[in-house]
Amino acid sequence: MSEKAKITLTINGRAYDIAVEPRRTLVDAIREDCGQTGTHIGCEHGVCGACTVIVDGEPVRSCLMFAAQADGKAIRTVEGLADGEKLHPMQQAFMDHHGLQCGFCTPGFLMLAVGVLEREPNLSDDELLDVLSSNLCRCTGYQNIVKAVRAAAKEMRTA
Amino acid sequence: MSARETKGSGMTWVGRAIRRLEDPALITGQGRFTADLPAVHWVRFVRSPNAAGKIVSIGVPDGAYVVTAADLKDVKTIVPMLHKFAYKPVAQPVLAEGVVRFVGEAVAAVVARSEEEAEDIADLVEIAVDETPPVIDARDALADGAPQVHAVAPGNVILEGKVKTPDFDTVWNAAAKIVTVEARSRRQNATPMEARGGHAAWDASTGRVTLTCTTQMPHLMRTAIADVLSMPESDLRVVAPDVGGGFGQKMSLCSEYVVLVWLARKLKSSVAWTEDRRENLIASFHARDQYQTLAGAFDAKGKLLALKADILSNVGAYSCFPTTSGVEPLMAMAEMPGPYDVRHYECRARGVLTNTCTMAAYRGVSRPIITFTIERMMDKAAKAFGLDPIDIRRRNLIDKFPYTSAMGLVYDEATYKQTLEMAVAAVDVPAFRARQKAERAKGRHLGIGFATFSERTGYGSPAFAARGMEITPGWETVILSVDPSGFVEVRIGSSPHGQGLRTTLAQIIADQLGVTPDIIKVVHGDTDRAPYGWGTFASRSLVICGGATLIAAQKVRAKLIKIASTMLEAAEGDIVLENGAAKVVGTDRSVTIAKLARESYTQTHRFKGAIEPGISETGTYDPPGTFSNACHVAIVEVDVDTGRVTVEKFVVAEDAGKIINPMIADGQVHGGIAQGIGNALLEEIFYDESGVPLSATLADYLPPTAHEIPPIELHHIETPSTESITKAKGLGEGGCIGAPAAIINAINDALSPFGVEINEMPATPQRIRAALRAKDKAA
Repeated sequence: MSEKAKITLTINGRAYDIAVEPRRTLVDAIREDCGQTGTHIGCEHGVCGACTVIVDGEPVRSCLMFAAQADGKAIRTVEGLADGEKLHPMQQAFMDHHGLQCGFCTPGFLMLAVGVLEREPNLSDDELLDVLSSNLCRCTGYQNIVKAVRAAAKEMRTA
Repeated sequence: MSARETKGSGMTWVGRAIRRLEDPALITGQGRFTADLPAVHWVRFVRSPNAAGKIVSIGVPDGAYVVTAADLKDVKTIVPMLHKFAYKPVAQPVLAEGVVRFVGEAVAAVVARSEEEAEDIADLVEIAVDETPPVIDARDALADGAPQVHAVAPGNVILEGKVKTPDFDTVWNAAAKIVTVEARSRRQNATPMEARGGHAAWDASTGRVTLTCTTQMPHLMRTAIADVLSMPESDLRVVAPDVGGGFGQKMSLCSEYVVLVWLARKLKSSVAWTEDRRENLIASFHARDQYQTLAGAFDAKGKLLALKADILSNVGAYSCFPTTSGVEPLMAMAEMPGPYDVRHYECRARGVLTNTCTMAAYRGVSRPIITFTIERMMDKAAKAFGLDPIDIRRRNLIDKFPYTSAMGLVYDEATYKQTLEMAVAAVDVPAFRARQKAERAKGRHLGIGFATFSERTGYGSPAFAARGMEITPGWETVILSVDPSGFVEVRIGSSPHGQGLRTTLAQIIADQLGVTPDIIKVVHGDTDRAPYGWGTFASRSLVICGGATLIAAQKVRAKLIKIASTMLEAAEGDIVLENGAAKVVGTDRSVTIAKLARESYTQTHRFKGAIEPGISETGTYDPPGTFSNACHVAIVEVDVDTGRVTVEKFVVAEDAGKIINPMIADGQVHGGIAQGIGNALLEEIFYDESGVPLSATLADYLPPTAHEIPPIELHHIETPSTESITKAKGLGEGGCIGAPAAIINAINDALSPFGVEINEMPATPQRIRAALRAKDKAA
């Protein structure tokens, strides 16, 4: 084990001063050092996207980033998506269109879709399909995830 | 439509696409999964690097706490049992003892203060194995002189089922044509997005252990682990919190969980293990590794007279608990005839042990394979008779009910022919054939494929007993209460993990009690809170647990009416329950259900002993089973230069009886079809000849992404089941049962100008190209 480094992770606007080994991944730090367990781990090799969070406006696989690399950056996770009691349009759309079943991959899909659409709100349906094929879901067959994200994209554009 | 909307007169909750009650927590990151729990100790399993051999030594770094079989002398082996089919009771030690039998078998458990530390130590544990030759393939395992995986099963055959109907040979010999298909289904992993994991915590005040784990069967885990550890079942609580998908993989007993409970008792502390994806792919349960040979005897008009099947199922290194490794071969034997009327049947089904990861249930259990096999046979028969694939199915599908199969299964009313016609109409076959012809002229190869099938669901204990299972699941019990606050709680033995059962059960209850679903709490996945039950698998929960819920709700309804009759001084027959109140018909007299409930606990003297205190009723249901059915149609394009297959369109016409929540029902079908597409085209666990698994990441084992799944068009028929008191049939598996056959048939249709046949799943680009190349060479 190597020496721990002191870093600050800012998650959903709150600063967490933590000490982590250099090898600690961002997702482990978010879940274990900061206690935010809404972000899930599906494969730890960057394929499934369950651990997707938004770092400085970009959706990233938090299993492929070291915690130390996120020092001082603005991190957003599923816990910060709603505005108090008011759900984010993406969350609402996933509920309305049955875009989730077991819910394990859902935080990753929500953060992926929100992160991309905030940056590029006018993506076409085909481009959105490309984006959504970044992550894996084993329950829904993607039909309703695609439907939900398209509906939320429309809502986000008019909001 | 939300679960909070007011109930209007004459409206029912059943049949409506209300939003799920499960969702608010899951979309806000408030779901609670096993890996979210903190623990004092973390476990990393050290797994066998070799497929077969004697363990010579286990080298442990100084100062490390590492548990091996030598430490577990007080722990029994896991011995799943069948009392039929010449089953051999193969024993599995919870950690490998003396020998290893597959790469990935748990040999040692490293215990440390963090996951990282446990992993670091695990890297230093050295397992020395005196290797012996392994056997990987089921056919090789049957060969003379093949390595023996277990001494108790000479020849590696763990079970053999045989059936032959009277007069079979006479009918067979008189047939006009025999059509044979040799089908191969490669090995899969169910691949839930949440891999396995467990957390065992000791409670010093009671001496009990709480095991939180990713299981589909919490009560049975409690029974099984208590047996293996010789501990009172009352000292163990098993909790299935939010579970991130299961698909059958999380049904079986994991030896790892036994080790965790043992450690929690030994250390008097909490211990946790979170499986990583590599472990899941190599060491969690596998499925679907089968060879099937099927021959059909037809009369001159293309009517199927007799079926002869040989089923060879590679069951891996051990037998899974509780189903045993009979789960695949015996399911295949029982249900091979599928939706077709055939009176004569001969079958031999064998389970074969190999030095590979243990096989267990995976969504559909054998039926994706038998449907693929028999649907390939039907297409080949159509060709042999010069018939259209649709016509040969029309001539053979069951259309009189109840129908008793050659195996003695009773099929309740279904719509095999109607769903075929519905799907055929939806795809417009003549238009497709014209387009196919035009595109072929331009060098594009499109194909259409059909699959019709039955999906046996919601079967109770007699169906499992027919397999001779020592553990015979089947029934479900629920306890439905209205508490003094007027809220409704139903505690169930089923253990949903994505199926939306909290919502659908609430819909069933809401209609009986005249309340809204949002005041109904469904409690599951906790052996301290829920009644004993069998969990969620085999498309059973809505039928069986839903039926038990309806029974309990009818009892609660009767009691509420009885109490209201006393309080309102009206005849029971004049009282209705609606909008959260009991009302006297034709008057303005009413009392809220909340008040009825409160008084049933706190004002019992008013009922003068005529009504028992409180409102809590039990319902138990153990139905015979009911058959859902569907027709799937796939349109694919095959790139003959690369072997790549694109699914252009997928159409489903299905009948799952009465639909409780159409949104949830459609979601189940979508998800099943996606897994079926993965099965048909992408997903394959493969081993090299020394037994090393080569598909150990999600970059090698390929569940489909959104790109591989076309828009799915669904059409429904609702034939209320007479074998299910809610009239609902199960539908959790149909999607994955029909899709592979439809797709492989479509590929064969696309390739028909080339004279090649694909009878192997997955039909990867490599396999398609190999078939085309072989044909080129031959030509």
